[in-house]
Amino acid sequence: MGEFSVIGKSIAMMDAAGKTTGAGKYTDDFSLPGMLVGKILHSPYPHALIKRIDTSRARVREGVVAVVTGEDAPNQYGILPVGHDETALAVGKVRYVGDNVACVAAVSEEIAEQALELIEVEYEPLPAYFDPELSMKAERDLIHENRPNNIEKDYHHVFGDPEQGFAEADYVAEARYIANEVTHAAMEPHCTLASFEINPHTGQQGRLTVWSSTQVPYYLQHKLSLVLELPMSQIRVIKPLVGGGFGGKSEIIPLEIIAAVAARAAKAPVKITYTREEVFWAHRGRPRTIIDLKTGLKKDGRVTSVACKVIQDGGAYCSYGVVTILYSGALLGALYDIPNIRYDGFRVLTNKPACGAMRGHGTVNVRFAFESQMDEIAATLGLDPAEIRRVNLLKPPTVTVNGLRVLSYGLPECIDQVITRSGWNERRGQLPKGRGLGVACSHYVSGAANSIIRSDMPHSTVNIKIDRDGGVVVYTGASEIGQGSDTMTAQVVAEVLGCSLLRVKIIAADTDLTPIDLGSYSSRVTFMAGNAALRAAEDVKKNIVSAAAGRMNCAPEDVVMRDDRVFKRNAAASGIDSVSSGSEAARGHVDGQILRGSVLQTRKEEGAKEHLSFEEAVVSAIDVHGGLTGTGSYAPPVEARGGKHKGGGVGPSPAYSYSAQVAEVSVDEESGEVTVHKIWAAHDCGRALNPVAVEGQVIGSVWMGLGQALQEEMVWKDGLLMNPGMLEYRSPSSVESPEIECVIVESIDPEGPFGAKEAGEGSLAATIPAISNAIYDAVGVRLREAPFTPERVLAAMRAKRGMKKIDMTEGVDPTQPAKLREHGGSLWFRGKGPERHPLDPARQGTSAGGAE
Amino acid sequence: MKKELIELRVNGRSHELAVAPNSILLDVLRQDLDLTGSKRGCDDSSCGACTVQIDGVPMLSCTMLAASYQGQEITTVEGISDRGGLAALQKAYGDFGGSQCGFCTPGFMMTVRWRLVNNADPSEAEIREALSSNLCRCTGYSQMYQAIRAVIEAERKGSQPELVGAKQ
Repeated sequence: MGEFSVIGKSIAMMDAAGKTTGAGKYTDDFSLPGMLVGKILHSPYPHALIKRIDTSRARVREGVVAVVTGEDAPNQYGILPVGHDETALAVGKVRYVGDNVACVAAVSEEIAEQALELIEVEYEPLPAYFDPELSMKAERDLIHENRPNNIEKDYHHVFGDPEQGFAEADYVAEARYIANEVTHAAMEPHCTLASFEINPHTGQQGRLTVWSSTQVPYYLQHKLSLVLELPMSQIRVIKPLVGGGFGGKSEIIPLEIIAAVAARAAKAPVKITYTREEVFWAHRGRPRTIIDLKTGLKKDGRVTSVACKVIQDGGAYCSYGVVTILYSGALLGALYDIPNIRYDGFRVLTNKPACGAMRGHGTVNVRFAFESQMDEIAATLGLDPAEIRRVNLLKPPTVTVNGLRVLSYGLPECIDQVITRSGWNERRGQLPKGRGLGVACSHYVSGAANSIIRSDMPHSTVNIKIDRDGGVVVYTGASEIGQGSDTMTAQVVAEVLGCSLLRVKIIAADTDLTPIDLGSYSSRVTFMAGNAALRAAEDVKKNIVSAAAGRMNCAPEDVVMRDDRVFKRNAAASGIDSVSSGSEAARGHVDGQILRGSVLQTRKEEGAKEHLSFEEAVVSAIDVHGGLTGTGSYAPPVEARGGKHKGGGVGPSPAYSYSAQVAEVSVDEESGEVTVHKIWAAHDCGRALNPVAVEGQVIGSVWMGLGQALQEEMVWKDGLLMNPGMLEYRSPSSVESPEIECVIVESIDPEGPFGAKEAGEGSLAATIPAISNAIYDAVGVRLREAPFTPERVLAAMRAKRGMKKIDMTEGVDPTQPAKLREHGGSLWFRGKGPERHPLDPARQGTSAGGAE
Repeated sequence: MKKELIELRVNGRSHELAVAPNSILLDVLRQDLDLTGSKRGCDDSSCGACTVQIDGVPMLSCTMLAASYQGQEITTVEGISDRGGLAALQKAYGDFGGSQCGFCTPGFMMTVRWRLVNNADPSEAEIREALSSNLCRCTGYSQMYQAIRAVIEAERKGSQPELVGAKQ
């Protein structure tokens, strides 16, 4: 018999059949009687005052039930308490092309779209800011009046003595890196259905129910309450199946509030589903980031000091920005042993859709810079790139110079695994011309140790109810978004209770039914909701065990629950088997299941038992305790909550995952095209509760990093997104996706549920530098701007050979993308775009109006 | 636009429907027939989530006029189960992690099923090429590929697809 009977085995997700048969319901699959369709009018200007909105013609259109504008819900909100700068619909001003201006609720999509064209809006364009480094110099026409120089937030951290560290260094490297903007592009477009009930006592609109594609039902309930001025108790948020999040649904997306505002005005249920183009405008993806990085080292490769300046192009609203810019600095620590750190982070506002949290929140672009620079230095000092990482390993348990506590640390084994499996030592340097290997590492938090909303409440709570039928119903607020959170919860509970998975039913993410859970973001669910589920199961198990001990005449400590059976420790296995095979109990029929039986009476008649079925034990426990429920909650320990410095609350986590990767690439020296042949990815997830799901998360992360490394990029021109479509954005298809070999490393975290840590995000960040380092190994060029498109690779190789510079990358010459891209809205360049204000910095050097 | 009466044959059943001549097949399936398994993931037939089979051939229902497919056999994801249970491909997608968020899965089911019906032993390149008509953002396609391989192997041996290696 193994140590565990449920966890550690690969199983299909609890909801897999619904997904493969089409029976599973996502938000857009629901409809209600009398439901209306909502359509949103978006701003055509990147920055403009709204002088006048006239909705009268739209209102009288047959089939239109309501038209709402910013005045209908002017309360400000935002995901962070420090960033309440959004309104559901624009009030007085629009701040990006695609900003939300008005919403029509009508009987059909067609009529709603026609009605949008009847709304008259008079704008006064303002100068707009698209380049964060220019935006930081702005003194007038600010994007938000209370943010001088358009800087949302800046942080300046010093840990240790960076200057002394550089003075002690034998070698100092310094360079600028740029990672361009990427977005989640989850397959399911955002969708929200909102419906009010009539209060029977007042006869007026009462409780609101919202079905939404969200990772954070509780935060949605909170923000709806704020904007609609309705108590949270009067709002129910239900999260149906969610078709992918990756962070894009981890905050309140405008349509979620707008649907409720429209439903309130229309006095009927309203559903809004974004088009794919609207999803790109909603964005909240990974910001374009400029990283100035300086690293000092000893001759043997030991890092003595790091100085890092980060500028993030945050878009028009705060979103998660303050957290993103803090993660970028904080997670310089906890991967390697870095004694001295200087960090200067600037989150800058620009007139583009807001950036937010995306898989690997805040760490990915800085990790690209750091791991690339490590590789550069290794080449300069003549060290093996894997070896330079080994000499800088942490020695846990430890607390880093910037206050991050590290207990479990599987990085050394991760590095060993990928080096061995990729044949690094034998093959590197021996590959054919144009082919190379690159290595990089990364890490990520298993949930934030401090919640967004400062309070002492638990981060996750789980309730369990078991009734006489032997069914185990688990109520969890954790949001299943395809990552397997429901399955993980069921596994943890079944393992603790020693029952089969078949008994466990998960009720999740419904604010009326399930206790508060902060949501599915920053890889917190397995660690935090998993721990809460574990504690809830132990809570209920306690009562089953005490009743079973009474039935079996033994001490509670000697009661074992396993494989749907309850028996005395060291009981003969033969007797136990007879319980499970053939007896009535095994088929689920237990006397007293319906009619209340007396345990004492039963015991007198039957005598003490040697073993019980799960149902028998449950019925006994209910008879003794009058009911069988349990509760467990989790809040990170105080020791894991980080330093006291300003901004020190972001970065600390109860545990960190670790990842090492080797990429093998070849580069076509004629076209600049990079082909990734294989990626070896080792990930320390503490313990793999469901190995197939862990592999899926790791491979998915690596694959998404591959997309950002090679082809995904949001291309902007004057605040307009040039590629708002799945093909134009170039999400990799199966033919562009290489084999990814995943190796699971289990470091068994002392505080994780059964030792588990995060698996869903940490691997992403290593992929981009692993590929850029492999490109360097293959052709000797160091790409410091991602993605490494053929244009950029070719330009870099031509520069290396001293050839004439050709202006072909978007980064070098963004004014003529039509020459490079078949798609991408090149019409705008022929003067059909919106009129620009003469003061618009983007207009400098061109004739007024943008026409050629 | 004024509605007209059409007859569509979907998953072996005939339906008489009043639809506007410009109605899109995907909308008719989802809204008029409540067959919500087929998904809308994009605006421009680029993602494949809406894939259905017309006379056995995968096509994108988001850019097809419903009225044009009268008299043809339309199959959606709701029509591919095996006598009320999961077909081998559906089971394998679950077991191997070929489906995470699942939003793209119905489209993949229709595409892969066509590939396997028309070629019982496709090469790796052929499978990858077939999958490339559909996009997935979760899996990186790797585990789908393992699921399909397992189905092919099982079919050859006349057994059920089995998990192999570290995943047991």
